[in-house]
Amino acid sequence: MAITVQIPTALRRHTAGTSSIACAATNLDELFSALDEKFPELKPHLRDEAGQVRRFLNIYVNEEDIRFLGGPGYVFSDGDEVLLVPSIAGGAQ
Amino acid sequence: MSNYDGKSYSQAPYELRCRECGRSWGNQPRSICDECFSPLEVAYDYDVIRSSIAQGTFSRERIAQRPPNMWRYAELLPLPAGFEPRLPVGFTPLIQAPRLAEQLFGAQSDTKTTAQNLYLKNDAVCLPTLSFKDRVVAVALANAKAFGFDTVACSSTGNLANAVAAHAARLGLKAWIFIPSDLEPAKILGTQVFGANVVRIAGNYDQVNRLCSQIAEERRWGFVNVNLRPYYSEGSKTVGFEIAEQLGWRLPDNVVCPMAGGSLIIKIKKAFDELAKLGLVEEKAVKFFGAQATGCSPISTAVKTGSSEIEPQKPATIARSLAIGNPADGHYAIKTIKQSGGWSEDVSDPEVIDSIRLLAETEGIFTETAGGVTVGTAGKLYRQDRILPEETTVLCITGNGLKTTDVLAGVYEAERPIAPKLVEFEKYLQEKLDTVEVAQEAASVGA
Repeated sequence: MAITVQIPTALRRHTAGTSSIACAATNLDELFSALDEKFPELKPHLRDEAGQVRRFLNIYVNEEDIRFLGGPGYVFSDGDEVLLVPSIAGGAQ
Repeated sequence: MSNYDGKSYSQAPYELRCRECGRSWGNQPRSICDECFSPLEVAYDYDVIRSSIAQGTFSRERIAQRPPNMWRYAELLPLPAGFEPRLPVGFTPLIQAPRLAEQLFGAQSDTKTTAQNLYLKNDAVCLPTLSFKDRVVAVALANAKAFGFDTVACSSTGNLANAVAAHAARLGLKAWIFIPSDLEPAKILGTQVFGANVVRIAGNYDQVNRLCSQIAEERRWGFVNVNLRPYYSEGSKTVGFEIAEQLGWRLPDNVVCPMAGGSLIIKIKKAFDELAKLGLVEEKAVKFFGAQATGCSPISTAVKTGSSEIEPQKPATIARSLAIGNPADGHYAIKTIKQSGGWSEDVSDPEVIDSIRLLAETEGIFTETAGGVTVGTAGKLYRQDRILPEETTVLCITGNGLKTTDVLAGVYEAERPIAPKLVEFEKYLQEKLDTVEVAQEAASVGA
């Protein structure tokens, strides 16, 4: 099984410019561990000291916010595309 | 820079700084800190502004002499050197609302003495596009020009779309506007008319927003609420500056503010803090109250459940301008509300419509759904004794009802036409009076 992870521009200096990687993670925890291993400098930018996903990092699976899919408990399917998107934009008032 | 009337004011140095780790990022089109992913905020050199105050070039009196628009507070806005305002945005009316107060206060108060304490900050008449979004866009596009963008863009629930399209037209910039496909027809038309490229996305605002974050990485466009966001959001402060000045350079006890992304309430607080820090108003603890629609209430839910974090929601409300299920500034809005001793409430869609009608019938202001949310929420807060009639309270009305007339479809019956004859009118009038009498009779029997 393989999923694809898209790395946002803001984090690419920690991935030697890599914008996308494939990995075999089955859930979010495994995905982060795989990223930690491949890009050690990325680690503190994804999770805080308590191991929680950073407040301003949104994670989408096939365009859906992972929190609507069960959050860390979501089990990836083959071919899933994971987007890491900084929580920057906001709208109205 | 110069004001709308061509007079020059001195600008204080400013730069982007991370809200969490404090790292400086200079001035550039960027909204997050690469170190910790946290949002960036514009930080000013307040000592320079204090010098302007000491020299008398930036004082209450000098501000009062300036033209009635938001540029009168230029010293406290991130405006690039050489910026020439092209539109007189802002300085909307702050009006007392005694007839609305009588309805909201109910029987709990002697409204004869307290009804003057309720104020409306009426951005339903903010120019040029009839919402408070004209303020933020004016500041964002000032910076877009300075950064050399020839194209500006935004994700929007409608009002921002209108504002970006209009201001871009005025400045000769190309505009790309991304909206959820179910937006109110008037807001779509009110964007297209300015010649903007409108992209309808089959998804909700949060999905549009996520897409724009991705597009912003690929194209050298000035996204007002993505890479220009720190500058853009500073424009909201002018609502706070104006409230203080229009109250006679004093702060209110309470502010009730609609919340979507959560930015406005934070920036009004920043405005009050800056005025107090600079000695332009007396320091005062202002309570901030957030208003949301129940069908999209991630911030008010967090406040009411005591959480400091946002649980995203799928929006399901007629208040589309507030339909942001994953508010970017939600965390900070919660903090602002809690630390001020305020609260947050939400109202159902029927309550939104009732509140739009109540505001129109009592004060002659036709607001959009967000204003209905604010008025409905204020009523709840009065009934809960979280806001007291004897306190000075400002409700922020942020948009115009002419943009969301579709929500009132079916509320009013189409009157049957009558022949242009006096006898016909007398007959019609009698029928009307009979109907009213029957209704009153039924009500008195029911009571």
